[in-house]
Amino acid sequence: MPNFEPIIVAFTCHYCAYAAADLAGVMRLQYPPNIRIIKIPCTGKVDIRHILLAFEKGADGVFVAGCRIGDCHFEDGNIKATRRVKYAKKLLDEVGIGGERLEMFYMSSAEGRRLAEVAAEMTERIKKLGPNPLRNGKQSNDSRFADS
Amino acid sequence: MIIAERKPFEEIKAMVAPYNRILILGCGTCVTVDFSGGEKQVGILASELRMARKLEGRPIETVEFTVQRQCEWEFIDPIADIVKGVDAVLSMACGVGVQAMAERYPDKVILPALNTKFMGMPIEAGVFVERCAGCGNCILALTGGICPIARCSKSLLNGPCGGSQNGKCEVNPDIDCAWHLIYDKLKAQGRLDALLEIMEPKDWRPAGGAGPRKIVREEVRLETLDV
Repeated sequence: MPNFEPIIVAFTCHYCAYAAADLAGVMRLQYPPNIRIIKIPCTGKVDIRHILLAFEKGADGVFVAGCRIGDCHFEDGNIKATRRVKYAKKLLDEVGIGGERLEMFYMSSAEGRRLAEVAAEMTERIKKLGPNPLRNGKQSNDSRFADS
Repeated sequence: MIIAERKPFEEIKAMVAPYNRILILGCGTCVTVDFSGGEKQVGILASELRMARKLEGRPIETVEFTVQRQCEWEFIDPIADIVKGVDAVLSMACGVGVQAMAERYPDKVILPALNTKFMGMPIEAGVFVERCAGCGNCILALTGGICPIARCSKSLLNGPCGGSQNGKCEVNPDIDCAWHLIYDKLKAQGRLDALLEIMEPKDWRPAGGAGPRKIVREEVRLETLDV
């Protein structure tokens, strides 16, 4: 689909990826506007139901971004999230959405550049995969992409 | 607790294929604690089914509900109105809960979403092991608190057998030899003489060998007394 602009939901940890996104802004880094950031207290708070609901509501991709392994503010929230993301990928494969639309990333709050890279990487990946099959090939009617 | 595991998604999807509006009913006791059929798992399965069916072009409507226990009338009686409004009920309880629902709601199709596995416990987060076989006549007093019926692959009463090697079972090296554990435990407690007594062949009737089991507790019954 030409000019397909995916909607990607990013569950970002308050202590790292969310701060990294903030830093990316302060650094005036450019990254694709396809990312919809949801701040969470820790990636360990991300429930598989949240991930599935994002896809059910029409997200084309989802990523969870937490602290580097060993740096979690709550010790093992990012490890829990890693395992849940792995399981949710399997569920998405079973359903027919495709597990490759979901990914887990790690970064520190100082890595604004990394967040921008991850946003670009996921946008690129989802553009190749096309829209969420639940939307029957239709693009999101998000007004921010009205001119694209 | 009862340890269960969700059936493969394809199997569940095929079971609910004829229906357009289903109740996915969780159970708030054992299967919540072992992460197979609690409120969260109900939400996950409901979401999966809705998405899969939408992709097939024939959406399914899901009603999600979780009762405290599906194996007691007092918890499943109050959901009669919810059950009435659906084509079928997909129960995420153990086999006991599924049957309780099927008995209470005889006109409704009740389908199992789980495979009930065994009675056991989590030895660490996410790892569940069998600990009791419900044999009906507990011998843990004689075996150092380690059950050879549930934990020995052959349920031997006077073990170990020749397949015990380095404390592991020949059936699978992941399985500890129960009789090795029993020996170590009794030795540590200075009770090895307990092993000198040979256990006689077990009466398997209380284990279910004499048909389905039933216990009647007269002191807790509520029926009118004949006085």
